[in-house]
Amino acid sequence: MSSGGDTADGFAENVALTRRRIKMEPVVDLELALEHGLIDEEFDQLRSFLGREPSYTELGITSALFSEHCSYKSSKTWLREFPTSGPRVVQGPGENAGIVDIGDGWVAAFKMESHNHPSYIAPYQGAATGVGGILRDVFTMGARPIACLDSLRFGEIDAPRMRHLVDGVVRGIGDYGNCVGIPTVGGECGFHASYNGNILVNAFALGVCRREGIFRAEASGVGNPILYVGSRTGRDGIHGATMASESFDEESEAKRPTVQVGDPFTEKILLEACLEAMRTGVVVAIQDMGAAGLTSSCFEMASRGDAGFELDLEKVPLREPALTPYEMMLSESQERMVVVASQGGEATLEEIFKRWGLQVVPIGHVTATGRALLRYDGDVVADMPVSPLVDEAPVYERPVREAGAQDPAAVPECEDPTGALRTLLGTPELGSKEWISDQYDSTVRSNTVVGPGGDAAVLRVKGVRAGLALTSDVNPSYCALDPREGGRQAVAEAARNLACVGALPIGLTDCLNFGNPENPAVAFQLRECIRGMAEACQVLEVPVVSGNVSLYNETDGDSIHPTPTVAMVGLIEELGVNPGWCREASFVESQDRLVLLGSDDLEYGGSSYQRLLLGAESGRPPRVDLQAERQLGDLLRAGFGSGLVKTAHDISNGGLAVALAECTFARSLGCSVRVQGGVGSLFSESQARVVVAVAARYLDSFLELASRSTVDAREIGEVGGDRLRIGFDGGELDEQVDVLREIWRTALPKALDL
Amino acid sequence: MKCGVVVFPGSNCDHDVYHVLRHVTDQDASFLWHERDDVDGCDLVVLPGGFSYGDYLRAGAMAAVSPVMAAVRQHADNGGLVLGICNGFQILLEAGLLPGAMRRNRDLRFLGCDVRVRVERNDLPFTRGYDVGQVLRLPVGHAEGNYADTAAALDQLEANGQVVFRYVDASGDADEAGSGNLNGAERAIAGICNRQGNVCALMPHPERAAEEVLGQTDGLAMFAGLVGSLTATTDSRVGATS
Repeated sequence: MSSGGDTADGFAENVALTRRRIKMEPVVDLELALEHGLIDEEFDQLRSFLGREPSYTELGITSALFSEHCSYKSSKTWLREFPTSGPRVVQGPGENAGIVDIGDGWVAAFKMESHNHPSYIAPYQGAATGVGGILRDVFTMGARPIACLDSLRFGEIDAPRMRHLVDGVVRGIGDYGNCVGIPTVGGECGFHASYNGNILVNAFALGVCRREGIFRAEASGVGNPILYVGSRTGRDGIHGATMASESFDEESEAKRPTVQVGDPFTEKILLEACLEAMRTGVVVAIQDMGAAGLTSSCFEMASRGDAGFELDLEKVPLREPALTPYEMMLSESQERMVVVASQGGEATLEEIFKRWGLQVVPIGHVTATGRALLRYDGDVVADMPVSPLVDEAPVYERPVREAGAQDPAAVPECEDPTGALRTLLGTPELGSKEWISDQYDSTVRSNTVVGPGGDAAVLRVKGVRAGLALTSDVNPSYCALDPREGGRQAVAEAARNLACVGALPIGLTDCLNFGNPENPAVAFQLRECIRGMAEACQVLEVPVVSGNVSLYNETDGDSIHPTPTVAMVGLIEELGVNPGWCREASFVESQDRLVLLGSDDLEYGGSSYQRLLLGAESGRPPRVDLQAERQLGDLLRAGFGSGLVKTAHDISNGGLAVALAECTFARSLGCSVRVQGGVGSLFSESQARVVVAVAARYLDSFLELASRSTVDAREIGEVGGDRLRIGFDGGELDEQVDVLREIWRTALPKALDL
Repeated sequence: MKCGVVVFPGSNCDHDVYHVLRHVTDQDASFLWHERDDVDGCDLVVLPGGFSYGDYLRAGAMAAVSPVMAAVRQHADNGGLVLGICNGFQILLEAGLLPGAMRRNRDLRFLGCDVRVRVERNDLPFTRGYDVGQVLRLPVGHAEGNYADTAAALDQLEANGQVVFRYVDASGDADEAGSGNLNGAERAIAGICNRQGNVCALMPHPERAAEEVLGQTDGLAMFAGLVGSLTATTDSRVGATS
């Protein structure tokens, strides 16, 4: 584990060895640039920025900065359509995380990031370091992380390696988050053949701090020292950002060394040391070394501050001997940060980081040149302009091929709705996710009011009157059938889930997971999903404050379903005012009345019923009426606010039957319901619908409240008994709650052969 | 009552315990850094949950030999109160302040959920707020909570009345093979104390179940009971000197 650089002799030996390795570096030419993922024009662009041929180190740095992962070159054009401002927005996109105001002088910083490619190659480490990276993105803003969500998309459970991937990803997320002590309070998990060769792991983290405690990653102050803190640098993760910007093929397995290895214990002490350091007043700027490590952290900080920087790379603490400047600049070793300190502040920081047992080494300083000057033991190895490489990185408007409009899907003839419900609840897709969430600590930090399993997680924040609600959503089948509608739906469903716990959406972050953008059909999906999301954000007044794009999710030419994962944050005005409410989407008391909000258009395109029972995925997905969603949200919040609503549950995958069944499980409390229409009403996935439980004495008041909005509200039955009974024109669905619950509870463990 | 919450590198429930002591039960609480060699005159020392030293080597093994633990041992020898929660339990076992050991959970997975535990005795400062036989719902979060010892040692533990909490199922039965004993602990043991009854530890997290807003309050009586017992002792001491 020693770098050999800790003693004077060891240092000299290491430098000599490194110099020999530098001499062996290849000559830079177009061919080498192409191997680095650059195209002809990008290589020319680099040469014109430099006014000469680039060095090997410079080529490596540029390949990282110009990678899709760092530059957003295929998505930037369309991302501009997102609304990014609002009354609560303190920090929009462009920083390590977005920030919104949550009242009482406090703010919440949050972001979601993908770790898809690494998680497919090495599921445990890939998922673990995904959590580590997103936590650093949050605490680098000065905010203490208090919650995580994870949105996971796996392939069919019987696909090669899939059980191994599920197990590894879940263990990786759990072991990392549990050890650092950040609760995983929710998320989602889906299974679909389109992810058989390319799973998705999207990790979200949220932190809180006082408004005056926010830090930004803007290098400033000529002469200010640049400090390296945290773990030593090894060869893991070299070119991770470039790998994440390529498609998978048979050779991907050989890329295992580009997956980073995480150490949650170091992350935990790094977190504590950084938050302590930030309170001293000597930290000017701070950024984690995430994708593209030292390269992106230094270049981005300098670019935001219109500054330059100089580094003496022989000072970088190493985990293994003789890393070249090229390797040091591209390593993605985990749990490392770059800090710009005020001059004279080094000693203060050194005391803190050393007390926590961490490396802290001055490796350079801020300059006014606007250039990145990198030396190794006195020799210049790179001398590049910062701003052009970061801000003038190539941007492409990829050609698109439009997909045609779809006709509505047929309403299926279902002869045995009770059997159909049993089948649906027994799929890993709609079955309980407890097997996953029980491996996560969801209550550490003692803020969790509602943990995994509800429509949205609910957190209290110590010192803040309002509560926070968190959810993540997307329906990839809808997005595949109609990307515009699917994009709208992801945002609308997230907002609806927040409304189901009485929360008002205040901001969102996203992970846009798509296939190869150079494929015009994929480019169309990307553009349309973004436009759909942007439209929904406008109408529902939810600004996008941060996000991440993950492209090239394809294997041997097959792209994943378009998957624009939305994570949304909401505010519950005053938490704990009315403790009688159940925010867990569970029936609580017999004889409570059930009210169905919204109307059904018998929509089955891309529905769970169609996919899981008919093996099809076709037709027009459910239409999204954004005004109706807005009205519905307002009504739910008014219902919770006035104490009329006890429980609300969103009708989504699997339709009304699945939604009602889910409400019966927690307390083994059934219901008896009668719906208008035939059996098609049971599993239709029409949007903007919620089932609400109200105390019998409040039924009239609630219906009266609803009548003042445009939301269609109809009493459909009541809570009680130990059976789920849903009558419809021509029959009845009828089953014992305990039977359904057992099927639902064991679905995922059974599918995993446990 | 003066309370100290020990902070090891990797402790992650230290803030939660501090919050309950300081803000919920309104006590004088402070953090005790692992490198110090005294307990700062605290009446109660809490070893909180977390992953001290990343659980490297074995959960609790490295924390058990840190400087502050010598002071904690001294404090315990003098009759001072020590509460270990989760990783704190593991540390007290490794330090030999409590008997037995922890194995990986029965199904070799981290366990993060609510459990039911039954209070086996209420004549301790830690449990005076409960009734004997009372069943508490508390969260757990651990990978190594499968308590074990030799049969003879377990018999001795039982005979001495050192079993303070047991996992129980929905009907209140503490069956070792039962559905309530999720980590597989021998004799469904969830918490124990030393012979003297001044050192007590449990795997569940009472500090996460001590506030109405979180919807769980079964843990509060442990802290309230400790406050009550120490306030009573302090009062009688004052009375004795005057």
